[in-house]
Amino acid sequence: MSSPKNTQPRDFGFDEDQAMFKDSIRRFLDENNGRSLLRKDTAGTEDPYYGKKRTGSFDQSIWQKMVELGWTALTVPEAEGGGGMNLVTAASLCEELGRAAIATPLTMTLHTTFVLREANTDAANHWLGKIAEGRSGTLAIQDSVGSFDISDTDVSAVTGATGSTVLHGTACFVQDAQKVDFVVIAACSEKGTGLYVVDINSEGLVIEPDTIVDLTRDQARIQFRNVVAEEIVVPGGARNVMERAIPALLTMVAADIAGASEWQLQTTTEYAKLRVQFERPIGFFQAVKHPIVDMMICTDESRSLVYNAACAYDTTPDDADRCARLAKSSASDTASFCSNRSVQLHGGIGFTWEADVQIYFKRQKHNQFLYGDGAWQRQKLAELV
Amino acid sequence: MPLIKETAEQNEFREFARHWLEENRPPATKMQLPQAAYEVMSEDHRSYLCDWQAKCYEAGLIASDVDKRYGGHGHDGFQQIASTEIRRANVPYFINWIGLGMTVPTLLVHGTEEQKQTYFPKIFSGEEIWCQGFSEPGAGSDLASLQTSAVRDGDNWIINGRKVWTSLAHFASHILLLARTDKDNKHGGITYFVAPMDRDNGVTVTPIHKMTGESGFNEVTFDDLVIPDSMRIDEVGNGWKVAMSTLTSERGAGVGVGAVAGESPQERINHLIALAKTTIRNGKPVWEDAVTRDRILKLLVRVEGSGQNMRRTRVKALADHPMRIPLQGKLVGSEIGQELYEVALSVLGMQSSLYVGDPNSIEDGKWPLGYMNSYTGTISGGSSEVQRNILGERVLGLPKTK
Repeated sequence: MSSPKNTQPRDFGFDEDQAMFKDSIRRFLDENNGRSLLRKDTAGTEDPYYGKKRTGSFDQSIWQKMVELGWTALTVPEAEGGGGMNLVTAASLCEELGRAAIATPLTMTLHTTFVLREANTDAANHWLGKIAEGRSGTLAIQDSVGSFDISDTDVSAVTGATGSTVLHGTACFVQDAQKVDFVVIAACSEKGTGLYVVDINSEGLVIEPDTIVDLTRDQARIQFRNVVAEEIVVPGGARNVMERAIPALLTMVAADIAGASEWQLQTTTEYAKLRVQFERPIGFFQAVKHPIVDMMICTDESRSLVYNAACAYDTTPDDADRCARLAKSSASDTASFCSNRSVQLHGGIGFTWEADVQIYFKRQKHNQFLYGDGAWQRQKLAELV
Repeated sequence: MPLIKETAEQNEFREFARHWLEENRPPATKMQLPQAAYEVMSEDHRSYLCDWQAKCYEAGLIASDVDKRYGGHGHDGFQQIASTEIRRANVPYFINWIGLGMTVPTLLVHGTEEQKQTYFPKIFSGEEIWCQGFSEPGAGSDLASLQTSAVRDGDNWIINGRKVWTSLAHFASHILLLARTDKDNKHGGITYFVAPMDRDNGVTVTPIHKMTGESGFNEVTFDDLVIPDSMRIDEVGNGWKVAMSTLTSERGAGVGVGAVAGESPQERINHLIALAKTTIRNGKPVWEDAVTRDRILKLLVRVEGSGQNMRRTRVKALADHPMRIPLQGKLVGSEIGQELYEVALSVLGMQSSLYVGDPNSIEDGKWPLGYMNSYTGTISGGSSEVQRNILGERVLGLPKTK
């Protein structure tokens, strides 16, 4: 039996153009991470008991620049006015977004792009065209307990009086709902679960923001009260579409984690070189040095598995699910370990609101569980080995 | 997307290697080989393994890319292919792994023309087996504190001292030897030699028994062994630098000239999964125990991660520090390997108590034996602790421990 790996390009599809693109993303995000605005907009929200509610702010001007750079269009098919690039490109973007820990609608717009690509209906393609033009989207695919099984949706779709589809119910854990223009919803009817799109400003759509730990995201429950929706995948068709899209979603979250872990590694390393105790930089001590090396080791495994998963999705779809589960399993554990060590090894300062370490810590803990943690991915893997 | 394509010659060679290995796989033998070349002790094992290595060399699967002047086959990009195919074929390991894996890469960089021409052909064929004399009773992790002395005597050097943990010394014709040529200069006082294992002229080899009951490594003492200056490698006082290049090879970062055959990590994890699925305890397969299964799958993820790491080292755009992943090889491989055996013992439960030679043991005691032998990997060639120092200091630039 020949291994499916044999048909993958050995360089993960990562040619010189990809490398240059990744460099350019990093340079852009080094200058435009929106950190000062994030700090400004979250000031006063620190106190969990008496503080202000957070609004899911993000830097609009950076977002506009991203759209102008074509980052939303990049992975939209050429027929819909996009760049026709694949998951390797999206994973590069996500890795750098994670490294910058930026608050942006781009992450969920990329996730939405891959769901719409897999849907591949006229209606879905129409919305892909809108993404190419700079409209942002997110996914409402989870129920109140955060189940990852698409059939567990708490939203139902019924045919309204005028023959149009109308949505009722509540979708939970909707990522970046306050940042985007439209939302793709999984909703069920007697004929099974389908996928639908509504504009975020639709009548009857109520966003109830969650108070969450992560500062770089917002999350919400969305109430649908007779919301007129556009069907993009027929009832009963959502499961197949999502099964094909989930490897892409897992890979993109794992890429975000890999980028953030690399930041945690580099930042903790630099701190260990500068911080002096007992007349030496603390990085001299093996109790500090060795765990930093362990951060590097798990980060590298996760990064390599991300590139492999992205490449598998693009070139060997039969193996995409397995490769994505490997990547997200590794990345979830890496997110946990690197977050733990980065705060611990920074000591007191790492535990403060002031240090950026906390921003990454929270983003990582969020991503660790998004679309399932390591143990969940390994349960899915058990069915594949 | 551009594929890294093989040339027509490389493709043809891959076909040849695969076919050759199928045809020439050594006949099954009644004797049970040790798990790795580290533990080969008996003469019948030695001759069986030497014959196998010689055949592979003749077929061009060893030293495929080495210059013909040195007994190589003079190809380009063939070794990687040969090594992959050897791995895939699951054939016996090469007994002369120190010669292939350490002597050759080291001398390719630091050896003279004459040294390469003299030593390489018999290393490739397995006619001469090599060992490595680095560690001493007082110099383990702190290798540079070694005391074995080399004193100049005209055109010769006189060697005195003791080396330990010397694998394969009992078969070896030559030793890679680190000796002190200057007592007042710790790192700069070390010189690198190759020396004959001349039992009639001051070399004594005494076996050491491992916790497994096997032997395979030794104490080697030098009592006024005389060697010519032509056996010195590189400049006097440059031995530490040369040793680092040998150790880089040992840690998986060097240029290979022959694969280490045997069960690959991927095969071993599949083996463990099969073991968990077929071992029944308390009325059901151990695989159905969620805790054990999760431990196994965590290892599977790490094995796959290591494999993809190796793939990534060949993609320039995705590597950062050039040594970052290569220097992790030995550390990560040995730690994953050890945990794999440890989990296997949990899978077996009480059956893990049945050792090599017991008629009821599982796979003739492979798992408890392998678990104990896994410490070879985490201790030799620089312990895991030393590896973490090296990675922290050389790759991340953290302050040096020493």
